[in-house]
Parts: sequence; C-alpha cells; structure tokens
Amino acid sequence: MKKNSYYQAEDLRKFKNITDWSPELGKKFFDYYQSVFEEGALSAREKSLIALAVSHVVHCPYCIDAYTQDGLQRGIAKEEMMEAVHVGAAIQSGATLVHGVQMMGIHDKLSL
Amino acid sequence: MKQSLVARSSPLATAKAQLALLSEGVFTNGTLPSFSEQLQQRGIPPLTPKALEILQLNLGYMCNQVCAHCHVDAGPDRKEKMSRATLEKCLAIVEQTDVHTLDLTGGAPEMHPDFRWFVQEAKQRGIQDLIVRSNLTILRANKTYRELPEFFAEQGVHVVSSLPYYKREKTDRQRGDGVFNQSIDALKVLNALGYGKLNTELQLDLVYNPSGAFLPGDQAALEQDFKKALGEDFGIVFNRLFALTNLPISRFLEYLLASENYEDYMHALVDAFNPAAVANVMCTNTLSVSYDGYLYDCDFNQMLGLPIATRSQHIDTFDAAELAQRSIRVSQHCYGCTAGSGSSCQGAVT
Repeated sequence: MKKNSYYQAEDLRKFKNITDWSPELGKKFFDYYQSVFEEGALSAREKSLIALAVSHVVHCPYCIDAYTQDGLQRGIAKEEMMEAVHVGAAIQSGATLVHGVQMMGIHDKLSL
Repeated sequence: MKQSLVARSSPLATAKAQLALLSEGVFTNGTLPSFSEQLQQRGIPPLTPKALEILQLNLGYMCNQVCAHCHVDAGPDRKEKMSRATLEKCLAIVEQTDVHTLDLTGGAPEMHPDFRWFVQEAKQRGIQDLIVRSNLTILRANKTYRELPEFFAEQGVHVVSSLPYYKREKTDRQRGDGVFNQSIDALKVLNALGYGKLNTELQLDLVYNPSGAFLPGDQAALEQDFKKALGEDFGIVFNRLFALTNLPISRFLEYLLASENYEDYMHALVDAFNPAAVANVMCTNTLSVSYDGYLYDCDFNQMLGLPIATRSQHIDTFDAAELAQRSIRVSQHCYGCTAGSGSSCQGAVT
C-alpha cells in the first residue's frame, strides 16, 4: 500500500495506541472488544466468521486483514470465509433492494 | 519434485546466511527488539536448562518429501545420516542419565538403515517414551517401509505424525501432491493396529503447523476441529494435536522472503511474545543431537549451526554436569517458540 494512501497496513498494529489519547475510553473499548469475542453462546470460531462478514460490509480494510488472519489461525477454510463474505454481501444488497418496496409504494400512491 | 536449498545452491542454504538475515534489518534498525533484548526489557533472566528429560536425535536429512516449510531442508537429495557409533553413544547416555524420552526425527527417521535396530535396542534398554516423528507417507512409500506400522505397534512406539490440515488442498500445497491421501491411508492402518484409540497405550499424536505466514490458533480448538473432520470424513481417530509455529529458518524463511511476508511475520511473532511461554520452551528440558553427533540446545539451533555453549560439544564427550550449567543460545528464531501459547515439539507450552 502506498505511503500517501489514507490507509496504512501498519496502522493495524498501532490500533492499541488509541488508548494513548484517551486511556479510560480506550481501555473500556478493548475490554469490551475482548469480551465480545470470547467463547459464549456462539463459539469464538463462529464469531470470527461473523466479524469477517461485517468487516466486508463496513468496508474496513484493517478488519478484513485482521479477520482473514484470524480465520487462518483458527483453521477456517477459505470456502467458509467466502460463504461468510457472501452472507454479508447478500444482506447488504438485500438492504438496498428492500427499499424498492418503498419506491413501489410511493410510485403506486402517486399514480392513477 | 522440488529440491532442497542445498541441491539448488540457494543463497539461504547455509546456516550462516540465515543467521545473518535474522540478525539484521528490523532487528538492528530499532524496529523490533532482538530476542535477548526482549528478555532483558521484561526482566526475564537468560535461558538456562532444567533437568534433562528428552534426547532428540536427528537421524539424518534424507526424506521422501520436500515440504515447503521444512526447517531441516530435508529431501531425497540429502544423504547425511547418523553413524552406528553415534547411535550407540546415544543409547549409553539414556542409560547413564534420567532421560526418559527419545525423540527420533529427521528427515524421515524411518529411512535410516539402522532405524529398526535402534528402536529395538532403545526399547530393550527400557526407554519410557520412544517417539518417532513420521511424515506418514513413508509408511506407504514402498515394500521396505509398509510393514513399519506393525513394527511400531510391536515395539510400542509413540507415533507423532505431521498433518498440517484435515483437507487435501492445504496439506498437498505444503507437503507435496498426493501427500494427503497417502497420509490418510497410513493413519487408517495405524488406527487398525490400535493406534490413537482411547483405551490403548499406542499413542498417535498429530502435528499441525500453519500452511503459510500466520501463527497457529488455539491448540485445543484446532484439535477439536481435526478430530471432528477426520472422524466424520475418514473414521480416523488420534490422541492429541500439537500446534506448532513455523520458525523463520531454512525453507520457511525462503518462503517468507519470496512472498514478501518476512517482516510482517517477524512483527507477528514479536507482537505475540508471551513471557509465560519462556519458562517452558523445549530447550530447557531437551537436548538435540545432530546426525554427526554434535549437541545443540534444540533442533532449530542445530539447523542454524548455533553450537551449544559448553566446552564439550560432541556426544562422545558428553558431560551432564557441564551441560546443566550452560546458558542456552538464542537468536531471533526463538520468537517462534514464545509466540502466543508457545510452541515446542510437544505443541503449546502454556
């Protein structure tokens, strides 16, 4: 990635540094973040795949990098990763498309 | 078939070139601390040995596979092998010391001409745990080796087998075409003999190592996934899974450089440094013996040509008291054994 890009790959490693300018809020965030990804009603593996899908939906290159690596470390197969990305893509496109119902309603209300 | 670094006359074929690379760049320009600096910054004393429990013998570099990640640079083109005299000396040391485990590695240790003799001798002399690190495919390779599973079972050999993934694609990419199917066949044969089952003394452990420039995940979770997948797909059972980190040396180092992953990988290892893992790294209870009888703190130091820090460096002049007093030699590759849950030939260390 070029140095003059808004995104720098090495910034991912510096994420923890956000606590430097706001230790209390930073700590609260990272404590919360860690708790969210622990084994619970969902397995840590399932959560990793959800995170990968959401990373794509929110277009976060840092998150995509982090959760692709996380998936590899957990032994998640590339087919599982791609299915997760498609789930995100389907929801995102569905979210666009479902607004078509609003368009149809307005169209019909305003039309003879 | 691919060739070893040595056969290709690669610039990385020598230990000196690898050590030089690990000692420069990010470790000298202030980006990352060297391993010694890391210990010092955290107030961890230099590594010293505990009681010697395991003798790991590298029987030679010959192997029927040429794995992409191999830290030994083993392959069919490597002819180095341990002499009978050195094998005898290793047996004598087992008898003289409290060593309870002999860990046979290579290359493919089964390809050593004295392999069967040595296993029988070691068992007769009462070694508690005799580990053979098998690549599995050698057990199916040809007539010479096909009866080895039965021999293992008769001798009560503890089989530790490499299997980087429970699916064909990743396994074959790392270890060569056809390796996965042959490995599955070998595991089925071992299972049929009683290996890997709950109520048997025939231990069958698998070794997982990542198929690329990333660290292994949680060992217990991976074991669960392997057991489920191998059980459902092939009816295969095994005892434990050891999750190992790939150390940045030899052919894996070559891969890291060629794929432009070297610096990121070293960052990942250093970022994952776990002080709790330091106390249990394998060099604290294991000694590594090279095919030519030299002693090393571990198999990786052996491959990097980092001689043990004692006056006597050869098995012919083995001196238990002096060895117990030594300092363990470290370099940046040691980050591989202290990352995350730690890594050793017995898997995670925390």
